[in-house]
Amino acid sequence: MAERAVSRPQDIPLGPTHRVGVGRWGIWTVIATEAALFGYLLFAYFYLGAQGPPGWLLEPHPSLKYAVPGTVIVLLSALLTWWGVQAILRDRRVQSAIAFAVAWLLGIGSVWLQILDWKAKPFHLGTSSYSSIYYVTTGFDVLHVLVGLVIFFFLILWTALGYFSARRSLVVTVSALYWYFLTVTWLAIFVTFYVSPYLGFGQWQ
Amino acid sequence: MSMGLAAYPLSYLEASGTRADHILPLTRYMLGVAILVCLVIGVLLWIAVRRNRSAISSLAIREVPLVRGPDAVRWISVGLTVSAVPIVIALIWTLTALASTSGPPAHPALTLDVTGHQWWWEVRYDSTDPSQVFLTANEIHIPVGEPVLVRLHGGDVIHSFWVPKLTGKTDTIPGQVNFSWIRADRPGLYRGQCTEYCGYQHAHMSIEVVAEPRAAFEHWRIAQLAPAPAPITAEQTRGEELVQYRCGSCHQVRGTLAGALSAPDLTHVASRRTLAAGTLLNNPGNLSGWIENPQSIKPGALMPDQYLSAQELADARAYLETLR
Amino acid sequence: MMPEVTTTPRVGISGVEHEAKLERLWESEPGLKGFLGTVDHKKIGIRYIVTAFVFLALGGVEALVMRMQLAGPNLSLLTPREYNQLFSTHGMTMIFLYASPILSGFSNYLWPLLLGSRDMAFPRLNALSYWIYLAAGIFLYSGFLTGNGPNDGWFNYVPYAERDYNPGLNQDFYALGMILLGISTTVGAANFIVTAFRTRAPGMSINRMPIMVWGTLTANVANLIVVPAVSLAFFLLWMDRNFGTHFYQPSNGGQVLLWQHLFWIYGHPWVYAIVLPAMGMVSDALPVFCRRPLVGYALVAFATVSTMILGFGVWVHHMFATGLPGLGMSFFSGASLLIILPSAISVFAWIATIWHGRPVYRTPFLFFSSVILLFVIGGVSGFMTASVPVDWQLTDTYFVVAHIHYVLIGINVFSVVGGVYFWFPKMTGRMLDEPLGKLNFWTMFIGFNLAFLPMHVTGLLGMPRRVYTYGAYGGWDTLNLITSIGSFLFALGVLLLLVNVLKSLKSGGPAGANPWDAYSLEWSVPSPPPPYNFAVIPTVVSRYPLWEDRLGEEGLRSSIERGMLLTQGKQTIGTSGVDASPDIVLQMAEDSYAPVSLAAGTSLLFVGLLLKSIPIGALGVAIATLALIAWMWPSFELREREPEHG
Repeated sequence: MAERAVSRPQDIPLGPTHRVGVGRWGIWTVIATEAALFGYLLFAYFYLGAQGPPGWLLEPHPSLKYAVPGTVIVLLSALLTWWGVQAILRDRRVQSAIAFAVAWLLGIGSVWLQILDWKAKPFHLGTSSYSSIYYVTTGFDVLHVLVGLVIFFFLILWTALGYFSARRSLVVTVSALYWYFLTVTWLAIFVTFYVSPYLGFGQWQ
Repeated sequence: MSMGLAAYPLSYLEASGTRADHILPLTRYMLGVAILVCLVIGVLLWIAVRRNRSAISSLAIREVPLVRGPDAVRWISVGLTVSAVPIVIALIWTLTALASTSGPPAHPALTLDVTGHQWWWEVRYDSTDPSQVFLTANEIHIPVGEPVLVRLHGGDVIHSFWVPKLTGKTDTIPGQVNFSWIRADRPGLYRGQCTEYCGYQHAHMSIEVVAEPRAAFEHWRIAQLAPAPAPITAEQTRGEELVQYRCGSCHQVRGTLAGALSAPDLTHVASRRTLAAGTLLNNPGNLSGWIENPQSIKPGALMPDQYLSAQELADARAYLETLR
Repeated sequence: MMPEVTTTPRVGISGVEHEAKLERLWESEPGLKGFLGTVDHKKIGIRYIVTAFVFLALGGVEALVMRMQLAGPNLSLLTPREYNQLFSTHGMTMIFLYASPILSGFSNYLWPLLLGSRDMAFPRLNALSYWIYLAAGIFLYSGFLTGNGPNDGWFNYVPYAERDYNPGLNQDFYALGMILLGISTTVGAANFIVTAFRTRAPGMSINRMPIMVWGTLTANVANLIVVPAVSLAFFLLWMDRNFGTHFYQPSNGGQVLLWQHLFWIYGHPWVYAIVLPAMGMVSDALPVFCRRPLVGYALVAFATVSTMILGFGVWVHHMFATGLPGLGMSFFSGASLLIILPSAISVFAWIATIWHGRPVYRTPFLFFSSVILLFVIGGVSGFMTASVPVDWQLTDTYFVVAHIHYVLIGINVFSVVGGVYFWFPKMTGRMLDEPLGKLNFWTMFIGFNLAFLPMHVTGLLGMPRRVYTYGAYGGWDTLNLITSIGSFLFALGVLLLLVNVLKSLKSGGPAGANPWDAYSLEWSVPSPPPPYNFAVIPTVVSRYPLWEDRLGEEGLRSSIERGMLLTQGKQTIGTSGVDASPDIVLQMAEDSYAPVSLAAGTSLLFVGLLLKSIPIGALGVAIATLALIAWMWPSFELREREPEHG
């Protein structure tokens, strides 16, 4: 009778660690589907623009007054988040909580700047397909950031309560990945709506 | 090759126009391949389930020993190769058929602007000379053997222009102009239908193309250009007034005060074979019924029931019957 | 830096005490908490299956009423308004509320059992996906039952869906309901993907997974990426209708075809998502009844994935009549023809398996083998519509209706019913009645073909789709009558399935663990399985663990009796993505009210959006947020945080 193969793993992690688990895979699926959503929004922008009537770009040279500082803030916020993750991996809970708190404040700042940008625009939601796709796309981004801010609020709370450590850092990693995703999403939106007109998209009519 | 399909006016297994002619052989090829494949697979499957079947069907499945069997992957490689052949042929043929059918003719003998509306077809005969432009609805006449360009416009929702024996489907889409073209091989009456779901009366949105010799076509065209004739009898006179008043807010009758464009042009309504986009044959009874109670014939149609008295109905009908 | 918390799992064989302990750890809580909060994938799977069958029945009744209206020319059983809501709701019900959830249900029930695991990767997410599905189904049907059902087809083209032409609540119900349903599909997809890659039994490398796992995995990767397209499409429609945006309205720069692109970018992959798992069932079950391994496993797995990949590149074939440039359409036409080739791989693999096997005629075998023929019939009509010029004649006629029903019913429904006959014994411990099963098969098979085979001819003779009635001029009268009669016979067949199920639940013969002498891991546990599935974690060395001795392969054998015990809580083993070597012990979540609360809150939000009620919407958001916080709060049991004290 042939011998049976019996799996006998030695010293494997019990529960999720920084490197191994299922939670990371989980957040990546969330990122994949949300990235797809933003992908379709940007597709809609380019489709509407390519098919659109002359003068479709209501702002042929979109104002960068709020968008550029907003981009800087978003990048800083990501940097601080990364710092916060590194801190928790060194068991520096206080440092970690502070880094996340600053990232959180910067996140609020980015939302505030976006709202100021909206107020400064010479068009409203129902003006045309251009304005509609602009507000809906940036609106979805703001919504995702608001969710991120709620997540970070609890992240800071839980970090301060001492839940996380170098070995128990899954929640931190997952939250940070979501935040990085929002950073990349903002960059894509920035390039699409604020930069591509300067590069000639939508200007040919 | 006629398949005796006269009883099936919307069948496209027969073609009577150039564009449909180029599609039909490919359709037949693919249909032939399809049927052949089903038969072959059916036979193979039948043999497969029969040839080694377990002898006694009530046998416990455990009693039937496992078959270590050949790995038989050759089935897949052979099957795949054999399948690829008709597919590649279809691909190449598709590309050539597409090339020969898609482009509208460079020098059309006639250009039409067809606009799809809920639930009728507006047809405008275009011309470089504005005095030769006229509107009609639901029934198109074309000179046989000559290419006709059809520009398709979206009036409200998406509709689709389809005359199976002459051409495949092209949608009318708001915000863009699509192109189709037809060139009838022989004279006849060719029925078409809207083929993109467009609401309540999508089922009753037919179109008819009458292909006739050039002389007969010209005769028709000149008649269509003429404005409505003046009424003669008292009935017709009362009818004209009624039509101007009651129908003019949606319909046009050129030469009268009825001048709206949101419903079919009625200037020559009596010359058409059918009413209500192919729903009814055009005869006095149907005409009366349609005017009086369109909602019972095409529920949801945008023409409301009229609530005319018997005299008013008779007058209107008398007048409309003069509009040949 | 604190040391990692690691463990070396104890390995052994099962025993009465061990099983009793596992039972206590894994069984659902009693009472309301267990009913509303269960995370047992088997219970969730059965809920999915039952709910999906209810929707199948509803969609079927809708179809029968339509077939009565269409049995003859110019009938007036239904008004156009009624007919239009019926055909739209029928499509929506079958495609969204039946075809995908039924496969999710079977996958949910079976996957941990097939994979040698004790649960899905995310047990609470699993429960959430069911509750939202149920809520979305109720939401959508509330529209239909109040005369506000979808009325623009399941594909819902603009401008007819815009407020100018469709002022009632119909479209708002549909749009919001579909977005809600999309959440269920998405979280389900996340669960399946992570489960497939992280919780297979040790040794079940990726080339040893059942084809059904390949099929469902592929389908769910696709869903993850394309569901946002349709959710966005519906969201933008809802915005146009309610907030004055201009996404689809040409008057202000909107584009009518934007809807079609977004919808079909989702819609085409979706139709592969609702057949690939079913094809996987055929690939896994045919070997059992042919008493031999599947021919060409690796090619079939490859065909599954490549069909899906190609399936992302064919969506424009739904738009061939919209006036797009010929060059672009040629590309999509070519891709639509090429996609036939991977399907041919599966068909020949199946035929070869039967040909070189020793078929045993049991009801599951009848259903699964008939799929081959019905699939091919559906496939060849698809072949015909793949060619642009031919499609210009075929599209929007009953030819396409015949095509879609051959692929949807032929592949999905017939596999599902075969799956019911095959796995009912495992789920309930009882056998379905075999003679009644054979009658069930023949009634369904004959009825289906009587209804839909003539429909190809009806379509070739030019009958358009989506018409509430037709005139005698078309010459379609007799064909429609035959179709209507066939549809009732087919419905009778489905009814026989229900009769068989109800009868056998009470008085079916005892099944035992492995009544079909099958080869995969689910047949090594009792019927029905205990809540923990496997008393010890199996180790697998081949695709046919229970057949290894008889297949006489060289080398080691799979281990079913001896393996990791994992009794320090609700535990299962996590393994690596490709090789399935164990790399973590996973702590699984207990029953919880969080998923059902989150589903309730989310549904309430959507009701608020539908009714434009801020209080209701805000309440929904509040409930959902609280549920999420409770759910996500790091727990020590799940090892998401450090312990309370030090």
